Amino acid sequence: MSTRLATQGRLINRDKRLEFTFNGKRLQGYEGDTLAAALLANDQMLVGRSFKYHRPRGILASGSEEPNALVNLGEGARLEPNQRATTTELFHGLTATSQNHFPSLEFDIGEINNSLARFLPAGFYYKTFIHPRFAWKHVFEPFIRQSAGLGKAPKEADADRYEHFYAFVDVLVIGGGVAGLQAARAAGEAGARVLLIEQEPHWGGRAPVDGAVIEGKPAEDWVKDTLQALEAMENVTLRNRMMGAGVYDHGYALGYERVADHIPGSDLPRHRLWRIRAKQIVTATGAIERPLSFAGNDIPGVMLATAVRDYVVNYGVSPGDRTVVVTNNDDAYRTALCLKRAGLDVPMIVDVRPLVTSPLATEALQAGIRVETGKGIAKVKGRKRVTGVALCLQAGEGSVIEEVKCDAVAMSGGFSPVVHLWSHCGGKLIWDEANAHFRPDPARAPTGAQGEAFVVTAGMASGAMTTGEVLADADAAGKAAARAAGFTPRRFAAPKAAEEPSEPMAPVWMMPQGASYDLRMKMWLDFQNDVKVSDVQLAAREGYESVEHTKRYTTLGMATDQGKLSNINGLAVLADALGEDIPQVGTTTFRPPYTPISMGAIAGEARGEIFQPLRRTPIHGWHEAHGAHWEPVGHWRRPYAYPKAGETVEEAVHREVLNTRRRVGLLDASTLGKIVVKGPDAGRFLDMLYTNMMSTLKVGRCRYGLMCNENGFLSDDGVVARIDEDTWLCHTTSGGADRIHQWMEEWLQTEWWDWKVYVANLTEQYAQIAVVGPDARHVLERLGGMDVSKETLPFMGWQEGKLGGFDARVFRISFSGELSYEIAVPASQGLAFWEALMEVGEAYGMQPYGTEALHIMRAEKGFIMIGDETDGTVIPQDLGLHWAISKKKEDYLGKRAQARSFMDNPDRWQLVGLETLDGSVLPDGCYAIGEGTNANGQAEMFGRVTSTYYSPTLGRGIAMGLVHNGPQRMGEVIRFGTPDKSFVEARIVDPVFYDKEGEKQNV
Amino acid sequence: MLILTCPYCGVTGEETEFAAGGEAHLKRFGPGSSDAEFESYLFARKNEKGVTFERWRHANGCGKWFHAARCTVTLEVFGTYKAQVTEPPKEILAAIRKRRPGWEPAA
Ligand SMILES: [Zn+2]
Repeated sequence: MSTRLATQGRLINRDKRLEFTFNGKRLQGYEGDTLAAALLANDQMLVGRSFKYHRPRGILASGSEEPNALVNLGEGARLEPNQRATTTELFHGLTATSQNHFPSLEFDIGEINNSLARFLPAGFYYKTFIHPRFAWKHVFEPFIRQSAGLGKAPKEADADRYEHFYAFVDVLVIGGGVAGLQAARAAGEAGARVLLIEQEPHWGGRAPVDGAVIEGKPAEDWVKDTLQALEAMENVTLRNRMMGAGVYDHGYALGYERVADHIPGSDLPRHRLWRIRAKQIVTATGAIERPLSFAGNDIPGVMLATAVRDYVVNYGVSPGDRTVVVTNNDDAYRTALCLKRAGLDVPMIVDVRPLVTSPLATEALQAGIRVETGKGIAKVKGRKRVTGVALCLQAGEGSVIEEVKCDAVAMSGGFSPVVHLWSHCGGKLIWDEANAHFRPDPARAPTGAQGEAFVVTAGMASGAMTTGEVLADADAAGKAAARAAGFTPRRFAAPKAAEEPSEPMAPVWMMPQGASYDLRMKMWLDFQNDVKVSDVQLAAREGYESVEHTKRYTTLGMATDQGKLSNINGLAVLADALGEDIPQVGTTTFRPPYTPISMGAIAGEARGEIFQPLRRTPIHGWHEAHGAHWEPVGHWRRPYAYPKAGETVEEAVHREVLNTRRRVGLLDASTLGKIVVKGPDAGRFLDMLYTNMMSTLKVGRCRYGLMCNENGFLSDDGVVARIDEDTWLCHTTSGGADRIHQWMEEWLQTEWWDWKVYVANLTEQYAQIAVVGPDARHVLERLGGMDVSKETLPFMGWQEGKLGGFDARVFRISFSGELSYEIAVPASQGLAFWEALMEVGEAYGMQPYGTEALHIMRAEKGFIMIGDETDGTVIPQDLGLHWAISKKKEDYLGKRAQARSFMDNPDRWQLVGLETLDGSVLPDGCYAIGEGTNANGQAEMFGRVTSTYYSPTLGRGIAMGLVHNGPQRMGEVIRFGTPDKSFVEARIVDPVFYDKEGEKQNV
Repeated sequence: MLILTCPYCGVTGEETEFAAGGEAHLKRFGPGSSDAEFESYLFARKNEKGVTFERWRHANGCGKWFHAARCTVTLEVFGTYKAQVTEPPKEILAAIRKRRPGWEPAA
């Protein structure tokens, strides 16, 4: 069993007990524990179930590489799934539950997948997707859906606070082990501004655990002294609990600081995302131990050898009473010796190497530990917990020589430098034959804006294996980074470490070498995603030669641990199966973040009200005070309708339409885009931008215009007014003002830069109010001021003057078909003008109306709406807007595209009106269904509804739509499919439903 | 995240301050052009691996369009220059050749 030892535990405070719960069970740990250490101290080795087979899973590692020990942490608004127990600091009151099991961790029904393992091989998902279809839908999908997914998604809004932080430094050092400390010191001594970050709460990394001796003192003391020296340097900033999440272009890096995970309820932000710009980045990210591939290597109790040592030394926790150590290198002997020193039993060290004579091996023998060389593990015995191992010859096929009872196995397959951060921005790797790992190739570093290398690795991350090598390499890295950042390093020598002589490791990718299929299908590569040696071999047999394809096919390395443990082992198996060398097969791509970071940290403060700034018209507050039901339009909020007490929104909309058509209505149209185009070449410019002629527009007149992109598709519309000889005012759609302003700038700056034109976006400088309805003129006359008669201000004209004392520019334009004045006043006068209108309008029964009434009235008139009738594939000709396309102009944006064969073609879907036979409202977006099916076996479709409303004016449903050859099919009855799979019949009619002659607007 | 310098206002800023605008130095083809010419103007992009010329806009700054010559492989920026040119200026080409001896612009 795993238990708390009476001695050791350099990171825990035995005076401070902490209570926590796991699956509702009350447990105790110490301050300084990780959740994983505390669970092991309580003999809770079983912590979860694997993704596919629901195999029992125990704690495997002691750091961020842990694939198994993922828990749901917290409750309610603080629930977070997939939290690594190995990197979760214990705190009083912590609650954790295990994941991926039903009904309980001990008894899981999904474990039946385990016995189906033969039928769920690599590529299972792909194969079942392909054939047979019915089996996927009725058998596999429901089953997979039921068992899919790790963890539980939180249901409540996150109760915590998050923030972003910006930092600019000369040298960023990622990793606070002895390498990072030394690199930071060397760079700091050169005078560079240094930021040193460490993902764990404590500094020094592995060296104190491994018993390294630096400058004649224990690593622990050296770390303490170096930290003190760094803290005393003003140009050095230290941050623990902060992971280097990613390295990006030109020295950009993300740091993920877990500020308050360990002190919940404090008023600190929970996480802080650091957005760092560094001239140079030193990655001192260490190395990760690799598992060995033997049958049953996933049974709880099998752990990484370094992790076993970490638990004993750091937390005073023993993973087992009797631990068999299996290794291909010297380092695991340290674990055996450490266990022995802690008074625990090590029945055997199994070493694949035929002959081992290194000092560590001698020490083990002297300690009375049995060392079996040239041997391997045929299989691990046990199910939810290791009960023993079967010994075999590594060179053989797995014949059992001897069975050894034990309750833990410490395995070591060698070390892989953590190259992730080096690789994120293009750093390349080389294969190191001696250590059987990929390490950064210093000659091919990530490059910055000047082509200079901006990342340098330090210590084990470079592939250095002994403490002495690590410190020398880190010292050089720190100095190199400082030099590259423009500083002169001091000529201090690198610290010396006691020698650590060792024998070369022996690469072992499968144990034993000639393992049978039955053994290979129990050798786990990816513990979280259940990918085994046999799966990768199968993928190779099925023709997957690229490591990237194999990854996706088998899901190797695609779990939340991103293959930190499985990567090299997996591709070594693949290389072997393909008969190629490992470097030829290569690695998959390393992508940020290094380990998952919280969504909260990414969002930072940008949530709720400040997620996006809201644009408000000058009249926004009035709308709010008068019960507006809002509609988002771009970044604006516009009143959709103004429901009165006891009225539904729909009833309000109908009332507003009828009141406007019968009497008079008031619309806040301030969001309408207003762009001034001015200059000697303004007319010529607008002739290029609009499909119709704008240069011929007379001063004092307005003209409706269309804008297309170079693909010929309609992009915006609006009324243009000519202000004076060289000035035009272009109205755009509400959402389109910024886009169209940029569009104009783009052409003026990049194509016609010699044309003399200025454009300015004045959208927010003016409030614009539409007074609409038969009594509109009476309202304005009562307000007093300029002459608004038909004679002085005819339809499609505009005038400037005073209205009720306000500075007004009045446009006789109509989007409703009624007598209509759109009046622009300076934004500062907008609210007062609106209120003045409301006051004088009362006598005429004037009421404000919202965007939905606006939409209904324009649809009744057959006016198109950008975004409804257009979707980026519609040309003006499709909408019957030929009258707004100049035949005379040689060129305008979109003209050439509209001459392409499939555009200049009557055989397109074109705009028509639609009237249901039963008067009902057609569902929005539904399709006209023809006879038979198309090439894809889908129902033949020949049109769709683009706008559909209940018209209160006509008392029935009206719609517009695009129908194949529509205008030639007037009177034809066609059918539309509805979401409930029935059909509605509708007659093709003219899209103008109301006042076809336009008599009402032109009075 | 790249760092670019706007040749108009001189600001050196983060990529988030700018907006990318695709390949630079396209020749516009309008009415009267052949289908092939127009197709190449609308759709055919070099999308080069290596030295490339791009349009950028100082979107969250002075608002000006400019061009950047950079390497899509190494992320080097050879220089930025104003948009009112139909081809890369000599000093930009020289800066590229200085670091990529023998480089010739693609046809
Ligand atoms: Zn600028």
